[in-house]
Amino acid sequence: MQRFFLVFIPYIWLVALFLIPFAMVLKIALSDIAIAIPPYVPKFDWAEGIRAFLAQLDLENFIWLTQDDLYWKAYISSLRIAVFSTLCTLLIGYPIAYAMARAPSEWRPTLMMLVILPFWTSFLIRVYAWMGILSNEGILNQFLLWTGVISDPLVILNTNTAVYIGIVYTYLPFMILPIYSALERLDTSLIEAAEDLGCSRISAFWLVTIPLSKTGIIAGSFLVFIPTLGEFVIPSLLGGSDTLMIGKVLWEEFFSNRDWPVASAVAVILLLLLVVPIVLFQRNQQKQQEAEQ
Amino acid sequence: MSNTVFAPWDDPSERPLIKFQNVTKRFGTFTAIDDLTVEIFEREFFALLGPSGCGKTTLMRMLAGFETPTEGAIDLAGQNIAMVPPNLRSVNMMFQSYALFPHLSIWDNIAFGLRRERMPKDQINERVSEMLRLTHLEKFARRKPHQISGGQRQRVALARSLAKAPKLLLLDEPLGALDKKLRQETQFELMDIQEKTGTTFVIVTHDQEEAMTVASRVAVMDHGKIIQIATPDKIYEEPNSVYVADFIGDVNIIPGTATPSGDDTFAIQWSEETAPLTAKSAIPFALDETCHLAIRPEKVAITADKPDDATNAVQGKILDIAYLGNSSTYHVELTNGAVIKAQTANTRRISRRAFTWEDTVWLSWTATAGVLLAS
Repeated sequence: MQRFFLVFIPYIWLVALFLIPFAMVLKIALSDIAIAIPPYVPKFDWAEGIRAFLAQLDLENFIWLTQDDLYWKAYISSLRIAVFSTLCTLLIGYPIAYAMARAPSEWRPTLMMLVILPFWTSFLIRVYAWMGILSNEGILNQFLLWTGVISDPLVILNTNTAVYIGIVYTYLPFMILPIYSALERLDTSLIEAAEDLGCSRISAFWLVTIPLSKTGIIAGSFLVFIPTLGEFVIPSLLGGSDTLMIGKVLWEEFFSNRDWPVASAVAVILLLLLVVPIVLFQRNQQKQQEAEQ
Repeated sequence: MSNTVFAPWDDPSERPLIKFQNVTKRFGTFTAIDDLTVEIFEREFFALLGPSGCGKTTLMRMLAGFETPTEGAIDLAGQNIAMVPPNLRSVNMMFQSYALFPHLSIWDNIAFGLRRERMPKDQINERVSEMLRLTHLEKFARRKPHQISGGQRQRVALARSLAKAPKLLLLDEPLGALDKKLRQETQFELMDIQEKTGTTFVIVTHDQEEAMTVASRVAVMDHGKIIQIATPDKIYEEPNSVYVADFIGDVNIIPGTATPSGDDTFAIQWSEETAPLTAKSAIPFALDETCHLAIRPEKVAITADKPDDATNAVQGKILDIAYLGNSSTYHVELTNGAVIKAQTANTRRISRRAFTWEDTVWLSWTATAGVLLAS
């Protein structure tokens, strides 16, 4: 009986917080737009029965997504931005994590604190702060003009560059922490053994350090990639009109067009796209746990 | 050949493989190695023995190239290697933690060093198989390190460090993680492998029994200095200081003052209530010079009556008996309060043992049984 409850509770959680909302979104995606509140038909009516209700649902909105090239362009563009910013985050995050793991052990809690500290401020405020830094009259341009490196202000805000800066800044801790935890556990005598067996410092890094921090790299990459793919706040605040991301499209469909069915269809496809990396991420975590045993 | 004793250190024409010349290593203000000079010869099984913090691990890490000496030179086969990085030395090390690569199979672990040398594939295959055969690991080649036992991991670590056929193999507490029985078996296996491959081995250990078993010569270290270098039997029978005598095995140290009383013979006044002891010593002592008589418990005989012809005989009462199975150590309190340990082999069943607690007994030993040491 106890066992039954132990298994049952997580399933209730999953059903209540994922499956039911997903079913609702899917139902809206299969409906048609209407000028009403809420703005779609059909609505479930006990008098007509479930069969008549289901008969009115169709895949029209999904077909529409394939016809208008805005959507798949937005998906592709989101994917590209997510992949590229994950890569940037990895390239910046790995050396930071490496330096943290090699730092004297009495410094490490402080360094860890410094990585986590930004979370104590609201995410939105931090993105707004970046607007202040990156704008034409912003701190960065003022500084560069003052030093004389540039004579005209750089246009960064409202471009893809600003989006990358925002994403890398926001998600860097999610990359650093799993890599740090993998590197911190790395036994330094393994590096010495590699050098003893004929490796230079660099080849010891490639042949021992990188493979042994692989799980951290994979975990960090997914932790950045998955939320970035559907990111809405950063592209809409820092990006320009040419920044095409699926989160932004979704928002516009919902709130500007009030086309809930199409917006829901976009959301369903986004979710399906994310299932693949989420499954891969889970598998990586599982493997890591097995390796630790 | 079979009759010649392996003792290159006694042959002045023999050139050492390794030579530490006045090497000093400091970490900040701490001196780990203090002006140390030592020679290690080819095919030797050399043990560095000492308590933790005595500098033995630093010495080994300098040989491997992980530490550079602050002063002095380290010669390997006539070349100063003090500044050569570890990957360019023909020295390999077996780590205390074994340091096996967890992401590689046993086979790939052993092949790791060979691949770095860009050795042709078929030669790598051959060499790895040879190493697997030598360490009886053929069955485990495809497994990962976490899938084998501690003793097998130890052998993988040995095979990996031997694979490149180094001039010198360093072993850092190689058997520390094994249980006692396996450790003893492995000690003999190590000696066997050392003999087969003809590699020079330097072993670091804090276990004196291990050092005595495997090594051709033992260096006893303390506070960054080598106190004595000698063959195991000499270290045991002829320690050069109270420190070495006390560090190796069980010993009775009797302090006293020496009076010369004939050819290499001295009378040792050690207690007002008892007669002086007699001991022979090649090292001369002046009249009334302070000395220590170091005598091993197994060289002290224990009898119920006073033996007639004993050079040294003292009477006492049994305070304690440590029964070790094969032997028993008796702690005998003398009339002057000193406690002397005497060990006898238990050749008879315990029920027929001659002595028990509170028995009055005689302890006796010959003039050559002990070693007379300056303080």
